[in-house]
Amino acid sequence: MRYEKPTTVEAATALLAGQGARVLAGGTDLLVQMRSRVLSPDVLVDIKGIDATRKITKDASGYTIGAAVTGAELKEHPTLSKDWPGLVEAANLIGSTQVQGRCSLGGNLCNGSPAADSVPGMIAAGAVATIAGPKGTRTLPVEDIMLAPRKLALTAGEFIVSFKIPARPAHGGDAYLRFIPRTEMDIAVVGCGVALALDAGGTCTAARVSLGAVAARPLLVEDGAKALIGTKVDDAALAKLEAAVRAACKPIDDKRGTVEFRIDVAGTLAKRTAKIALERARKV
Amino acid sequence: MAKHHVTTTVNGDPVEYLCESEQTLLDCLRDELDLVGAKEGCSSGDCGACSVLLDGRLVCSCLVLGVEAEGRSVETIEGMAQGDELHPLQRKFLEHAALQCGICTPGILVAAKALLAKNPDPTETQVRYWLAGNLCRCTGYDKIVRAVMDAAAEMRGA
Repeated sequence: MRYEKPTTVEAATALLAGQGARVLAGGTDLLVQMRSRVLSPDVLVDIKGIDATRKITKDASGYTIGAAVTGAELKEHPTLSKDWPGLVEAANLIGSTQVQGRCSLGGNLCNGSPAADSVPGMIAAGAVATIAGPKGTRTLPVEDIMLAPRKLALTAGEFIVSFKIPARPAHGGDAYLRFIPRTEMDIAVVGCGVALALDAGGTCTAARVSLGAVAARPLLVEDGAKALIGTKVDDAALAKLEAAVRAACKPIDDKRGTVEFRIDVAGTLAKRTAKIALERARKV
Repeated sequence: MAKHHVTTTVNGDPVEYLCESEQTLLDCLRDELDLVGAKEGCSSGDCGACSVLLDGRLVCSCLVLGVEAEGRSVETIEGMAQGDELHPLQRKFLEHAALQCGICTPGILVAAKALLAKNPDPTETQVRYWLAGNLCRCTGYDKIVRAVMDAAAEMRGA
């Protein structure tokens, strides 16, 4: 196996277009899969030498977060946790303190697990990936990137350089909750991200609802958003959200939870998540 | 494929080693540099026995490639005591009998040191969450947490 650490996007895409090449960001999934021989890449392309993958920038349009920025760095950023607390909380649920020192949004998404915690957080926040490839750069909303377990909408030579997170709306809030049967260090049985915006009178003007671990890919639940938009996010709206979320679930039975349990939990979790997002939106 | 020639800093000392692309930082520390304090537990980032600091950041050295340490700064358990003088955390682990077999201990000490550098006055809950990625199958954690809290108090001069 070869190890390469290109310093430009062009050099990285050229290497990644070759046979058996894999992206190395934080390595917290990749190195485990190499060790267990699930993956045996011929070339590891360490993208951390590319400046854009390793920095967070902020302007009037929002944040650009490098695909290889670590969970610990997201948490330490001076304003990101204030503007998008749900996104940061979701990313900080990945693994232990040690894993947080290495894990990244790009890796969490491209590992291709339907239960990835940061992905519903990103989808709710309206994150859009900037993807570099041999034919140039394109953008794709995060909800369109993972197609099925371990299957991505990226073609040969493409990799995610960064994510664009929009500026937080004037009265906007987001939240992410997951259900696990213990308090720490586990994989989501259900994950839910909600972002919403209110007008000055407290009526919801925009919402995004996303679910993890209840389908073959993380879901953007448009009917969940519709249940909230135009309401005061009162009990009636939350009941509609709960129903819409349960209707969107297509989970499997596995050791973490049954189909029935996951559907039930998803509805409850969505209501709780929306209430936290609402509380945060009211405070700004 | 030629081996990588890595130049890095370990516990403040400049060091060089040769490694294959596949070798982890843990392999390099143990097999190339004879620094065997960091332990190989699970090799999958679950147990924390191989914890080291990389540019001051707590990581599992089994989930870092040796070649990635190029130009960086690595701190291991071997750098914790100053000569014969134990770090307060090490002393408190002995006083509280916070170890039995000792396999997890280097990783927990490195992780605890990183916590106290960031937060000199952690709550017990904060200690438990911070150390959630360090597994111990002997002590049941209570003594470990007490030793960390006690060391933190001593280091604050409380």
